[in-house]
Amino acid sequence: MKLSRRNFLKLSGSAAGSASVVGWAGTAVAQPDGEAAGRATLDYPREEIGRAGDLTTGEAVSFTYPDGSSPCAVIKTGEPVPGGAGPDGDIVAYSVLCTHMGCPVSYDRQAGVFKCPCHFSIFDPHRLGQQVSGQATVDLPRIELEYNESTDTLTAVSVLGLIAGRQANVL
Amino acid sequence: MSHGTDRIALPPADAEKTNLVCHFCIVGCGYHVYKWPANREGGRAPGDNALGVDFRRQVPPMQLTMTSAMTTRIRDRDGQDYRVMILPDDDCVVNDGLSSTRGGQLANVLYGDTPVASHRLRYPRLNTGDDWVDTTREHAADLYAAITQRVLDSEGPDGVMFNCSDHGGAGGGFEFTWGTGKLMFQAIGTKMARIHNRPAYNSECHASRDMGMYELNSAYEDAELADVIWSIGNNPYENQTNYFLAHWVPNLRGQTRSKKQERFADETVGRGRVIFVDPRRTPSVAVCDQIGDADNVLHLQINPGTDTALFNAIFTYVIDQGWHNESFIADHTSGFEEAREANRMSLEEASQITGVSVEAIRRAAEWSYKPKDSGHSPRTLHHYEKGIIWGNDNYRIQASLVDIVLATGNVGREGTGISRMGGHQEGYTRPPYPGPRPAPYIDQEIIKGNGQILTVWGCNAFQTTCNAEQYKEAIHRRAGIVQQAMAKARGGSVDSMADAVHEATQRDGGLFIAAVDLYPTAFARAGHLMLPAAHPGEIELTAMNGERRIRLSERFMDPPGEAEADSLIAARLANALRRRYQEAGNEEMAERFAGFDWESQEDAFNDGFRMAHEKEIDSQGGETGRLVTYQRLREAGNNGVQLPVQEYRDGELVGTPRLYSDHNFDTDDGRARFQPAPWNGFLSPVAKQKEKYPLWVNNGRTNHIWQSAYHDQHIDYRTGRFPMAPLEINPEDAEAYGIANGDVVELFNDYGSTMAMAYRTPEIKTGQLFMMFGYFNGMVGEVTTEAVDENVVPYYKGAWADIRRIGSMEEYQRSVSFRSRRYT
Ligand code: SF4
Ligand code: FES
Repeated sequence: MKLSRRNFLKLSGSAAGSASVVGWAGTAVAQPDGEAAGRATLDYPREEIGRAGDLTTGEAVSFTYPDGSSPCAVIKTGEPVPGGAGPDGDIVAYSVLCTHMGCPVSYDRQAGVFKCPCHFSIFDPHRLGQQVSGQATVDLPRIELEYNESTDTLTAVSVLGLIAGRQANVL
Repeated sequence: MSHGTDRIALPPADAEKTNLVCHFCIVGCGYHVYKWPANREGGRAPGDNALGVDFRRQVPPMQLTMTSAMTTRIRDRDGQDYRVMILPDDDCVVNDGLSSTRGGQLANVLYGDTPVASHRLRYPRLNTGDDWVDTTREHAADLYAAITQRVLDSEGPDGVMFNCSDHGGAGGGFEFTWGTGKLMFQAIGTKMARIHNRPAYNSECHASRDMGMYELNSAYEDAELADVIWSIGNNPYENQTNYFLAHWVPNLRGQTRSKKQERFADETVGRGRVIFVDPRRTPSVAVCDQIGDADNVLHLQINPGTDTALFNAIFTYVIDQGWHNESFIADHTSGFEEAREANRMSLEEASQITGVSVEAIRRAAEWSYKPKDSGHSPRTLHHYEKGIIWGNDNYRIQASLVDIVLATGNVGREGTGISRMGGHQEGYTRPPYPGPRPAPYIDQEIIKGNGQILTVWGCNAFQTTCNAEQYKEAIHRRAGIVQQAMAKARGGSVDSMADAVHEATQRDGGLFIAAVDLYPTAFARAGHLMLPAAHPGEIELTAMNGERRIRLSERFMDPPGEAEADSLIAARLANALRRRYQEAGNEEMAERFAGFDWESQEDAFNDGFRMAHEKEIDSQGGETGRLVTYQRLREAGNNGVQLPVQEYRDGELVGTPRLYSDHNFDTDDGRARFQPAPWNGFLSPVAKQKEKYPLWVNNGRTNHIWQSAYHDQHIDYRTGRFPMAPLEINPEDAEAYGIANGDVVELFNDYGSTMAMAYRTPEIKTGQLFMMFGYFNGMVGEVTTEAVDENVVPYYKGAWADIRRIGSMEEYQRSVSFRSRRYT
């Protein structure tokens, strides 16, 4: 169970009232009360990032999420892929900060991968951001998308995996 | 598989901080371990966390390496819970703050809240004949001693065999090699040992040593200073990652030009060049093509096994051009004329054998040995690894390469050298090996039915030996004989069990197998007794890297269960044998097992590494090892000191950046020796397979997986990438056999068969394959031959086979990326 930064601060400030319970297997840092108790992730904003129909197959489009200092890219891969959203299940989005040391990766349309120029890590957006080769220790964080059929819009709703250069995805 | 984690706990400003050298590859990168009570975490303001980083805003690129794989929770034996974070050390001169995909996951392989923890071997375990049960250290040691004693008394030391690693880092170290070495070679006195990943007790660099040069003679800084770096049968981006990234790449980019200018004021200096010799376009070649161009990156894509022809042609050409170093040859070497005659080969002939154009061979020679504009010879650094070491006649190829180095005097000066790149870190300090050279081919001895007890220590020949199918069959068959005997003898005393085992080994051809390891490996599970070992972090440990830099990895947590350091396990076994011989009234034998009264790794270090000036010990620390103490190393931190140590001055250990700067070589007369190495074609068992089967099964590493995957096989992130050993195959060949990405395929030849996961790779030549070596799921050793060089070093790369498609695995296709592993 994860806590939002806001709630966490509140808790740690409230001393004895909310006892800090630590379990061996759990990853929680404190037992929360209130609404955060039912939350499995940080408190992410919902942000509409555009219309699926505006995307061109194989072309990466930039946006930021969950805030302005976290660059991301959305790609219509042209084939249904794991984690894919949109009418054809082929739209995926990722943080573009390399999970090795945070350099911006760029999408190579021909190779179909994100590439990092700093130490040459390669990530595959068709396979959940899997590191194809390179020096990172985790895959590229995925931006979870929701698709609204009636408006054809894509909304970013959370991040799966820690964005490079952060302690928590929500600053 | 992706980690879904979206926040991690930071170490508070007062977190305990210790040094840890990455225990994976030879590079030995420095890391810091932060440990703090699990119920606390540091704040985001720079003053509130131990990293001093401001996490209130996005940290800019290249300033932080910190992922969810770098932190975990642990519990010490006293029941206290802690969080641990392991991050690369910015001040370490080896890695300059870089981490690789292997070292970056150090926290992920701890005994804690990690994927590997439940797989660790925690207690001594005994095979009762039909099941494994835990037992005590004392019982395990006593049974081991009782059996060993019986074999020693009946057959002598030859009946006691070992498969024993000689590691530096992971679980190894100078303490490991001394403890096990003293037990094997001094106390038991056996010569029937095989080392680490080879079927006999040998060096992988006999040629270099015979010619007067230890194989790790250069400094990592030399890669920044060289005009040309040779990378022969070596894939440094994937295997020596941070040596490559922190020291080669800046040179290839021209970023070390001013450093060169400072050091070599009157010499022409420029952007560094790299020459690869490899039949395969490796990921390293692809990376170098990105950072360089045709004027500083050259790939000699030779036909497999033809290195000797290439080197001999270059040797001949260089001499014919007059680019050799006559004064160096005259003053510091012997045997030049003989080698010159024996190795003579024209560029044309070499081109025909190697498949590399005359023009490319000539260009390589010009870059490397033709005097520069300033008139100085280029500073050329020669690196090689398994392409030669496990190539077609290791001894011969290596000699032909070292001949070039000697002819051009490229050793002992900045920017030069002839060094293997290395796999694991080193930490060799053992009594001299008591056997002959060539040493007995232990795998063949096992297959022939020889030996009664085999101790498998920190290695796994099932996954790494050649001719593995035959070997494994012999192990299983012979171990089974003992297992049946043990099942029948259950319920008796240790002595009656030992009698039953001994009868089965002596009379019935059985083999008793004890294993010491972190995990119950497949080899260990084939045996009868397991003893749990500990690894860095759980114990203190010293090791040296590829430039002979020794460091102390500090202990920061407890080992799991009854696990303990290998040196202490060796001592426990020796002491048990001593007790038994004392009880038997055999003082002479009891005395052989004396001198193991160690209580810590430091005791073992002091007894071995620090005593080479006094006792007969082969030690990488040499006679000045006595100057090195744990305390001095602790003070030297992650930068340690480069062996051999020269002196201890003003509170600091002073080391040796590169060897042979005085041109005094390791021979009786101090002269380096040329060695004739005429091209000799293919080793015969391989030649036969080559004639018969269409595909060359090249093999090697990928950067994701460390060694036999002993940790990685338990980590989803690794097995998700490679659920099965990947087999790179050219799409044209794949088409011909009807093979798609992710298909399960079978390779087969006269030696056996193995399975793999197909990975269509246009960069692989047709008629060639490349399979990951040493993996746990699909083992290339099952199709390699028994071919070895004159020192019993196998031609692991020399397999020819045919292939068939088994079928497709939907989940592989869905979850595994088959995009190019080459950065383009
Ligand atoms: S390069 Fe080698 S030593 Fe360095 S972090 Fe990677 S595996 Fe560890
Ligand atoms: S920052 Fe991307 S590979 Fe290092």
